[in-house]
Amino acid sequence: MSEYLAMGGYAGFIWPAYAAAVAILGGMTFLSVRRHRAAAETLAEIEKARKA
Amino acid sequence: MDFHRFANPARFMRMSIPLLRVLAPAAAVLLALGLVLGFQVPPDYKQGMTVLIMFIHVPAAWMAMFAYAFLAAASAVALVWRHPLAEVAAVEAAPLGAGFTALCLITGSLWGAKMWGTWWVWDARLTSVLVLFFLYLGYLALAHAFDDRQRGLRAASVLALVGAVNLPIIKFSVDWWNTLHQPASVFRLGGPTLSTVYLWPLLTMALGFTLLFAWLLVLRMRAHLMERKIETLRLVAIETRQTVQPQEALS
Repeated sequence: MSEYLAMGGYAGFIWPAYAAAVAILGGMTFLSVRRHRAAAETLAEIEKARKA
Repeated sequence: MDFHRFANPARFMRMSIPLLRVLAPAAAVLLALGLVLGFQVPPDYKQGMTVLIMFIHVPAAWMAMFAYAFLAAASAVALVWRHPLAEVAAVEAAPLGAGFTALCLITGSLWGAKMWGTWWVWDARLTSVLVLFFLYLGYLALAHAFDDRQRGLRAASVLALVGAVNLPIIKFSVDWWNTLHQPASVFRLGGPTLSTVYLWPLLTMALGFTLLFAWLLVLRMRAHLMERKIETLRLVAIETRQTVQPQEALS
């Protein structure tokens, strides 16, 4: 297992590359989902208040 | 009143709901499958296990260019036909494209550090991709630089169109100039030279990246449209309050 994780001596370059992918793609996903949810909630509140 | 300006975003809001439900799981499954396939490949005879970096780097590079082509096309539609969804699509695609470009540059640098012995060289491929990154930043800066949103978007759209000249330069930089970066091994005349052992995980990841982009784009466009609607509703609320209050004062 540890031999596999060492990636033939390239671990210090391969894992940071995957970490960058997780950080950037995960970050974009997190921000987009959060923004969408916040907008949907605010809009629902306003429309509820307008009907009331 | 020109109703189609309002009808189209409304229809998009309706039709995008089932789209989101399909895109999110499809992207997740393909990315997971790509990782599973990717981490099973044997070491490359020259680059060893750093070939794993390619499964991120190459799809990120493709998406960086695809997103820019999308941005330029949407900007053209926004400029010529003033289609309200086109400018929303353009302005929401740009940050995603910038993200993919950054990922491409970072992973390329990590790979180069070990395989070329340098993090960075000013060769034509690397430099033109860095220019692509700055074009995204320039577009975003310009799009948000004006209080009048329409003016900012108009100016940014022109920049997006002019910047499209960079796309063929990136693609053919490895043929036109002597670059440290290797030439194409997938999208080339005569078919891929890449071994199928590496081709399948790469294409799976690339499709996963594409679906992730599509999902996030639809999500962001919906958020954008809802934010604008919230703005409008708040303005309407302020206006009605202002017109109602004097009457209340009289009675």
